[in-house]
Amino acid sequence: MAASGLWLPLLLAAALAGRAAALWPWPQYIETSEAHYAIFPHDFQFRYHSSSAAQPGCSVLDEAFQRYRDLLFSSRAWYPPEPTRKLHAPVKNSLVVLVVTPGCNQLPSLESLENYTLTINDDHCFLLSETVWGALRGLETFSQLVWRSPEGMFLINKTEIEDFPRFSHRGLLLDTSRHYLPLTTIMDTLDAMAYNKFNVFHWHLVDDSSFPYDSYTFPELTRKGSYNPATHIYTAQDVKMVIEYARLRGIRVLAEFDTPGHTLSWGPGVPGLLTPCYSGSHPSGTFGPVNPILNSTYEFMSSFFLEVSSVFPDFYLHLGGDEVDFTCWKSNPDIQNFMKEKGFGSDFKQLESYYIQTLLNIVSAYDKGYVVWQEVFDNNVKVRPDTIIQVWREEMPVHYAKEMELITKAGFRALLSAPWYLNHITYGPDWSEIYMVEPLEFKGSPQQKALVIGGEACMWGEYVDSTNLAPRLWPRAGAVAERLWSNKLVTNLDSAFKRLTEFRCELLSSLCNKLGMF
Amino acid sequence: MGPRGLGLLALLAALSPRSAAASGPALWPLPLSVRTTPRALHVSRENFSVSHDPASSAGPSCALLQEAFRRYHGYIFNLDKSQHGPAKRNSAVELKQLLVSVVLDSECDLYPNVTSDESYSLVVKAPVAFLKANRVWGALRGLETFSQLIYQDSYGTFTINECNIIDSPRFPHRGILIDTARHFLPIKSILKTLDAMAFNKFNVLHWHIVDDQSFPYQSVTFPELSNKGSYSLSHVYTPSDVHTVIEYARLRGIRVIPEFDSPGHTQSWGKGQKNLLTPCYNGHKQSETFGPINPILNSTYSFLSQLFKEVSAVFPDQFIHLGGDEVEFKCWESNPEIRDFMKWKGFGGDYKKLESFYVQKVLDIASTVNKGAIVWQEVFDDHVKLQPGTIVQVWKFQSYSEEQAQVTAAGFPVILSAPWYLDWISYGQDWKGYYKVDPLDFSGSPEQKKLVMGGEACLWGEYVDATNLTPRLWPRASAIGERLWSHSNVKDLEDAYNRLTVHRCRMVSRGIAAEPLYTGYCNH
Repeated sequence: MAASGLWLPLLLAAALAGRAAALWPWPQYIETSEAHYAIFPHDFQFRYHSSSAAQPGCSVLDEAFQRYRDLLFSSRAWYPPEPTRKLHAPVKNSLVVLVVTPGCNQLPSLESLENYTLTINDDHCFLLSETVWGALRGLETFSQLVWRSPEGMFLINKTEIEDFPRFSHRGLLLDTSRHYLPLTTIMDTLDAMAYNKFNVFHWHLVDDSSFPYDSYTFPELTRKGSYNPATHIYTAQDVKMVIEYARLRGIRVLAEFDTPGHTLSWGPGVPGLLTPCYSGSHPSGTFGPVNPILNSTYEFMSSFFLEVSSVFPDFYLHLGGDEVDFTCWKSNPDIQNFMKEKGFGSDFKQLESYYIQTLLNIVSAYDKGYVVWQEVFDNNVKVRPDTIIQVWREEMPVHYAKEMELITKAGFRALLSAPWYLNHITYGPDWSEIYMVEPLEFKGSPQQKALVIGGEACMWGEYVDSTNLAPRLWPRAGAVAERLWSNKLVTNLDSAFKRLTEFRCELLSSLCNKLGMF
Repeated sequence: MGPRGLGLLALLAALSPRSAAASGPALWPLPLSVRTTPRALHVSRENFSVSHDPASSAGPSCALLQEAFRRYHGYIFNLDKSQHGPAKRNSAVELKQLLVSVVLDSECDLYPNVTSDESYSLVVKAPVAFLKANRVWGALRGLETFSQLIYQDSYGTFTINECNIIDSPRFPHRGILIDTARHFLPIKSILKTLDAMAFNKFNVLHWHIVDDQSFPYQSVTFPELSNKGSYSLSHVYTPSDVHTVIEYARLRGIRVIPEFDSPGHTQSWGKGQKNLLTPCYNGHKQSETFGPINPILNSTYSFLSQLFKEVSAVFPDQFIHLGGDEVEFKCWESNPEIRDFMKWKGFGGDYKKLESFYVQKVLDIASTVNKGAIVWQEVFDDHVKLQPGTIVQVWKFQSYSEEQAQVTAAGFPVILSAPWYLDWISYGQDWKGYYKVDPLDFSGSPEQKKLVMGGEACLWGEYVDATNLTPRLWPRASAIGERLWSHSNVKDLEDAYNRLTVHRCRMVSRGIAAEPLYTGYCNH
């Protein structure tokens, strides 16, 4: 990276500049000085530049202006300085925003540009970005630059920032199956994601435990598969709201419908979908993964994913494919016969591949791209070359760095999650380990490295619901956010500790004000 | 003890759902004896009341019980705000009233103490149920149990089964330690913790109020301690805050034991009290850093006398916790005046003797102000001469059973905490580990076992503040709550899981953000 030579001294300078530079995640290029300007809440406004492609009426930015105004000022008591008191700092009355490319009503995508330039000097208070998404990132940074003097004045230092993400997919996984998460919890999480410049909400909607996604094609799925069909479901309206709330923050919603394993909750609503397990020569009354040998299975999947493809507008769907347990398939005589017929021998991975390939063909026909868990790659399923493989296993079958190497060597794009399972907790400041992970630390050519599109922090829900989600997630996920946004040289733990501590308190004050806590 | 409570367990098994905390009574901690019948009575928000039995020694003038009646009426009927229609099945008999009778002198206006009688009996029968206790403390415990007996049937009707319960705690000291020095905890968080403690029949709040990091206790005698030693002037507990906590706790039958830990863990004291801490030396020069409290100055002891005089008046409990853990000798060793003092006293190079010298003086101060003392185990380990009755708190995990054996063999009462450091988190259901511990599982005579007063779940504050306190504490501490209250034969993990899952949801419905045990959901 061209700026890398400049970078370290700048970090040092910034650290000395004190609290004004408690930015998170750290920008790619920053120059800042002790000179500062005053901001008066009543006079200050966010304005569109006259030649900006986005103008008043652009929902994404109109709402963001309001949000950041509230974040900056409304939560904090402010008293105008005594009139007699001489102001030493010149005043900034507005941040002028110029967006180059039109487009306020579309959705963010994997290809969206998020770069921006922020100039705060004697002549300008100016945010320039290619797209509205970049403007959102810049507004967040701007809000982090504003600090308060001991007398309560709002101040911002003279600063020049040029910023862009290192990786384009910076995700957070929430699991709403093991425990249902109320919409307010999801939206609070989206807020905090925006503060950390995350841009993908990976929504692990359904799993063995429950099926809260309210399908209009197959309403029995939630009626029979949710924890409580009256209260513990996500209706089409709920989903729409989440997607729009996320969009306004520049966050994509990547929906996961994991099959053929992790599907026990699908069974009650769709008789015949799951494989009946056998005990000797009799069905045991229990069920295994989706039954891959029936036409009805694929007919169901066609209709179901047709719905899902239109409900979730992102180009990508996550199709799961992890942890398929073969015990039940092995026990079932119909499946054994099918294996023989197909010439699979006793290699159930081939059966798994058969299922997944058929499913992938269905989804491809709906003009969707897909993300899958690493097993799909490990088990040699034939997938489209543009498939994204998500690496989640730390050691098996190989260390995750090796897995990244193999996946990119095969020419697939990769997402890293293995070291970022935030549901795993230990005593102490484990954020530093999370932070020190380097996603490109594996053997491979530059072309291979370029195939790593980012990573995701995962918060699986076995032991997590709305009572403990937020403190378990934040600020630990912040460590992942900076790793995925900032320059790879940003690895100084002392600096990170100071900035993250400060940032945590900022998060708290905004969350608390919102939730009326403390 | 026979397999009491089996009737209830069988009932629970029948009602127990797959993954959800569904309706059905789930008692936590499990009472000593529960005999229940399948005969279900309805309870309605409009008709049901809790009142004083005319024969009770506590009447409407007992504010403690009046408030408790109101509180529990709220807990019982706020379970589900959406459901309060008329009873669906008219054939069912209704329970109209719970009459509470305190038999002996009620102790309504007193503070609970280590000998407080918490036993009670409960007879639920139509149309009137009876709760009988010797003191208000038992009545409080009985009200909690009564509230746990009421559940909503599949129609949403509030229901209770006819039953007989006899209950009393296994151990008299059942505590939660909170640490307000590593992170300040707002009063609101402390009060919420006291609520949850009452739901789990805990009866001691061990308030580790100050430590190295901050001194939030606002002393009237030495205001500079918190002026200089707190994180900020808004991070202090004023006398009125402390009073609020003590009274809130009293109303729930909970003692508040303050800990002023010394001579180590006192860095924050030094900011507001000059010459209290030992100046450390680097060779011949003072290094500008400070160590434990300086044990060789008279001024130290006159300061401590005044401080503890105040503390003993502010905190009404018979006991104060004097700490005494983890004293670092390096700074003492570096200080030439301390070395001279050692020589003069004939302590040689054994700094444990100096520590003992100090701690004995502090113990004397405590007894001068008529307080019993609790100390961390080091005080015993380092052979400080202790007055009989000094309680030793065992916290070191390694060979804690042996430590218990030794402390009790020496005749001292003991409180167990070692296996119950809840700030140590790990993935999964660690509550099971806490639950399996038996505090009497050490080799010793019956007399020794009698010296085990109970235990405490400790939530140290290095990584805990108001953002994560509640879900980190509950329901993990509940496991310890049952271990300290219920009979030693209550140890079936599966049954505990089923009851605790429901109990956790009950806590959530009462406003405690207790985290889940495992996958599932709450019915509200």
